[in-house]
Amino acid sequence: MIVAEQKSFKEIVEYLRGKYDLLIVPCMSCTAVCFAGGVQQGEELASALRIHCKMHGDGLNCTVRPVTRQCDPEFIEELTGEVAQADSILSLACGVGVQFLAERYPDKAVIPALNTSFAGGKTAPGIWEERCSLCGNCVLHVTGGICPITRCAKGLLNGPCGGSEQGRCEIDPNLPCAWQLIINRMNGLGRLEELLAFQCPKDWSTGNAGGLRRLVREDLRLK
Amino acid sequence: MSGGSRLRQVLESGAFAVTCEIGPPKGALVNTLREKARLVRDYVHAANVTDCQTAVVHLSSIAAAVHLQSEGVEAVAQMTCRDRNRIAIQSDLLGAYSLGIGNLLCLTGDHQRFGNHPQAKNVFDLDSIQLVDMVRGMQDEGLFQCGEPIRAGAPQFFLGAVANPFADPFEFRVLRLEKKVNAGARFIQTQSVFDLERFRRFMEMVRARGLHHRCYILPGVSPVRSIRAVEYIRDRVPGLTIPDQIVERMRAATDPAREGVEIALELIAGLREIEGVAGVHIMAIAWEQVIPELVQRAGLGSKL
Amino acid sequence: MAKQYPLKIIAFTCYNCAYAAADLAGSMRLSYHPAVSIVGIPCTGAVEPAVILNAFEQGIDGVFVAGCLDGECHYKTGNLHARERVRQLRGDLERIGLEPERLEMFQLSAAMGSRFAELVNEFVERIYTLGPSPVRPGLDCGGRKK
Ligand code: SF4
Ligand code: SF4
Repeated sequence: MIVAEQKSFKEIVEYLRGKYDLLIVPCMSCTAVCFAGGVQQGEELASALRIHCKMHGDGLNCTVRPVTRQCDPEFIEELTGEVAQADSILSLACGVGVQFLAERYPDKAVIPALNTSFAGGKTAPGIWEERCSLCGNCVLHVTGGICPITRCAKGLLNGPCGGSEQGRCEIDPNLPCAWQLIINRMNGLGRLEELLAFQCPKDWSTGNAGGLRRLVREDLRLK
Repeated sequence: MSGGSRLRQVLESGAFAVTCEIGPPKGALVNTLREKARLVRDYVHAANVTDCQTAVVHLSSIAAAVHLQSEGVEAVAQMTCRDRNRIAIQSDLLGAYSLGIGNLLCLTGDHQRFGNHPQAKNVFDLDSIQLVDMVRGMQDEGLFQCGEPIRAGAPQFFLGAVANPFADPFEFRVLRLEKKVNAGARFIQTQSVFDLERFRRFMEMVRARGLHHRCYILPGVSPVRSIRAVEYIRDRVPGLTIPDQIVERMRAATDPAREGVEIALELIAGLREIEGVAGVHIMAIAWEQVIPELVQRAGLGSKL
Repeated sequence: MAKQYPLKIIAFTCYNCAYAAADLAGSMRLSYHPAVSIVGIPCTGAVEPAVILNAFEQGIDGVFVAGCLDGECHYKTGNLHARERVRQLRGDLERIGLEPERLEMFQLSAAMGSRFAELVNEFVERIYTLGPSPVRPGLDCGGRKK
């Protein structure tokens, strides 16, 4: 899933200066699951903003209206009525949701309440970790199911750098060395020698260096 | 076209080679760099010039290599994958070769986290092994990495890579060396050896796989000047440890610099006896002045 | 105790401990300050941060959450979650501009009737010192000034 984190309250207040009728839109998918942009966080943020306004005498009307998935036009269509009443929208979705709202409602200011962090998952309560850099050309079959692009600080494809020490990455002793993990796993699978095979330079043309990426599935298109 | 490698000739002749490392300045003034070059000129077969080591901005490795060569010191240009993509690397290598640089050492590079621009975006388009393979392809097949022919003259570097026998996982270190050799590395300089025992075990594994016949291995030796330097290396340099016995000797020494030289000499003597060791690579960090003495006292061929 | 102004304080108390302690204080005929409205709940872990913030939004002067002692929660860790949330919320209050001291977490057992009365009185004293909430419920924060 997409893992995100709320921006600081101060920053959000800054972005809302001069706004009067605010529609707060939580997203009930990824950002709700990581406790950053769900209904509860939306209500809390609305409450906090109201307290702030009552203390400072600013007029800000906050309405909370969650959406099942903000990265889906069908769901954000449901907001039309509420959006008409608002002068701006505070989105608690990832950057995708924020942009879909901005595209659908071009005459409203759409403000992100979150920083979209990475594609990852929960490794323990309260801890999320990145797992995939969305490179568009997956190599997990040769690396024992552990992504070196994402989890090795140097994105190495041919084995560990010279800084790996006792299973820890050279850049941060709190991070496991991805290559130590890969080697352990391949060793356990009896496939260590496979890592001797040369991995040629990665084709990054499927990565995000070429501007917008688009996926077309003809079989799903209505003609 | 230019470039050529005396280092290659020395190694191929079977003589015990000596290389050292010279760090380019953190600025455009090169008088100190040139002084250091003159200092080591008669004592080493070639000198490495680092490529923004520890991710701190320094004068470019290729430019520094040219300065060294104009002082009569053969250079080994270092090239890392941290700051350049495959386009920039190939371009810079053509440039380096055209300027007469004949030795190339390929590395992945230190992460920028601990350098002086931790906010920088790194590149790592290639890793060191892919870099070696790319250069081999340029030289042997006359092809750019994309497969297009190089029509205006391919470089012919004496191609090297590094190995760190002291990083983990230990068993994989030899496999990784083998990958580098398979990719085209002809000489290997290693991380500084302090732990001779571990290095011996590493070389056993190297010989078991026959790698010493396929490349020239030059273990690193770092003379240390003070107990502080020893502790710094032990605690701060990733993938490097120093045996307690050496730490103790340095701590007990009344003249630590002398003791550091003695230790380095013992290490060199020990290394020379190991089958498959083709030379030494002296890394006297900010202490290049000690190189002539080390080389002479170790009885390594002075005028070459 | 300076009592120049009426205070409103809410206590979210767990039935298994603090609520029972409040009851015990009553049967022991211990008096504690009447500014505190006690809300009984099955577990402090069920008190959502939004509810607490909502209370402050309505102009409440102070809130405390009172749950079981460590290891005594009938739902294992509800009290620990509550304590962590209160800690977090105090930071939020500070960022919003309210004194974090207006929110507190206490941990008690059902037998601590007199301790409960003491805690209430101390908390009330603290809120008196801070003064009334700067969030004025009368102030309209409703939208564009037309
Ligand atoms: S190889 Fe690419 S697609 Fe596969 S996990 Fe890594 S970043 Fe994601
Ligand atoms: S220590 Fe491991 S994870 Fe860190 S950069 Fe080196 S190989 Fe990658």
